[in-house]
Amino acid sequence: MPVLPTEFADLEQFADWSLETEAERYAKRLSSSMDALQAFYDAVFPRLEEILASLDQFELKSLSEQWTRLLWLSYSLVNVSFPVEVWRQPRVPDSGAATMDVVVEPAI
Amino acid sequence: MAHFEKPAEGSWTEHYPELGTGPVSYEDSISPEHYELERKAIFAKTWLNVGRVEQLPRAGSYFTRELAAAGTSVVVVRGTDGEVRAFHNICRHRGNKLVWNDYPREEVSGVCRQFTCKYHGWRYDLQGACTFVQQEPEFFDLDKTQYGLVPVQCDVWQGFVWVNVDPDNTVSVAEYLGPLGEGLVGYPFDKMTQVYKYRAHVGANWKLFIDAFAEFYHAPVLHARQATADESRKLQGVGYEALAYKVEGPHGMVSSWGGMSPPKDITMVKPIEQRLRSGLFGPWDRPDIEGLDPLPSGLNPAGSRAWGIDSFVFFPNFMLLVWAPGWYLTYHYWPTSFHTHIFEGTLYFVPPKNATERLRQELAAVTFKEYALQDGNTLEATQMMLESRAVTTFPLNDQEILLRHLHKTSRQYVDAYQNDLRSPSTSAPVPAIS
Repeated sequence: MPVLPTEFADLEQFADWSLETEAERYAKRLSSSMDALQAFYDAVFPRLEEILASLDQFELKSLSEQWTRLLWLSYSLVNVSFPVEVWRQPRVPDSGAATMDVVVEPAI
Repeated sequence: MAHFEKPAEGSWTEHYPELGTGPVSYEDSISPEHYELERKAIFAKTWLNVGRVEQLPRAGSYFTRELAAAGTSVVVVRGTDGEVRAFHNICRHRGNKLVWNDYPREEVSGVCRQFTCKYHGWRYDLQGACTFVQQEPEFFDLDKTQYGLVPVQCDVWQGFVWVNVDPDNTVSVAEYLGPLGEGLVGYPFDKMTQVYKYRAHVGANWKLFIDAFAEFYHAPVLHARQATADESRKLQGVGYEALAYKVEGPHGMVSSWGGMSPPKDITMVKPIEQRLRSGLFGPWDRPDIEGLDPLPSGLNPAGSRAWGIDSFVFFPNFMLLVWAPGWYLTYHYWPTSFHTHIFEGTLYFVPPKNATERLRQELAAVTFKEYALQDGNTLEATQMMLESRAVTTFPLNDQEILLRHLHKTSRQYVDAYQNDLRSPSTSAPVPAIS
């Protein structure tokens, strides 16, 4: 059973980036190599316009499971855009042992 | 070269002569004794913002707040009459913490019909009255009406919920916030209910993180890599100047330009920002709600077309940032010792209508975290070296006026408290806290 909508079957190989919470997305970012982050970014970023155009046809609150998964995948793209576009490393430079935990985030 | 006009005195700082212009001592940020005085003089005596009314949507909605600096935990609850009240979070029977789950030191929230103590089952209604005592006849002449929860002063201003643990306080929140608060009245805070909240344990005195967010002098340097290389060089060359500063009583504000929402030249920003039309300054397109045009009189005091953000420092530990593209952000700094505190950053947006708006907000929130991680870690490095006392006073420039004001204000509160202790007849006695 594919995780993502059939229109985006080509992104299925990155379905493990479809994560519900910021904590999960950030942890996956920190534990990934730059090559892995770059590959995910290179595959999803060019599709972002298409992803959003498709998602925007639905009410946010009534997204089906597969479309919700695609939305979560796009949240991950936002998160890894920093290492890929700016830092050239998974972690924020000079952030050392500092942590910043999400304690409230939107339900969808 | 000055890009924005300063007051006739030649600088923002000299416009407020009581601030002085000399080097500033940071002993107030590294002394355990001074911190103990701050707890009694400041955190046990001033209004503290503890949240928003949206966290208390109906009768029985409650949340707890750990106010380590004020020496207590409070429970804030909406009663059956719709009123928001606060109580010390302590059972009247034998002192157990009344509202908590699993971990006594962690904050909780929820909805309930009444509060029941985990220890011996005493119950309290949503207005704080004691309604049930387990094995009541075993007690000696116990009058339940005398054993309600101990109230804490609580006030709501523009939907923000505040508590003051000083029972002798006679000032409302609106009075306390003064003209800076008055200038924000009417902003549509109530329509911005999409919330992201971050929390961090920071190894620095609480004032040092306010320092970091009350000046933007650091931004072109510390955050240089967050902009594109060309843009970053340009920003460092120009440096930073605010549009305006204001100091009113214990509070202050800085009004800042915001060239990034949207940028004049799209290539100034990162690809993800170009694609989503969002970034540090939030989504570039204003939400379609009432109340953003015209803005309340206290926002964009310079009337600048380049306006991007106003940052209010409400003494002691609450900052409110209103961004030109129509969202707001709050910072709380909760001291836990002289060199540690808990930082909370909370972002508030108008609920998104579709996935595109949702993703724009996600980018603003993620960007906030990337910046705040850099800021937070730098503070630990600062605290460490301040504690060496190798250098004890520091020159603050005109763009750091709010830091000068913050440290002066907190020292004044401590001085006033100590004066009261020496001559108690001149004012109400100060309750002891531990």
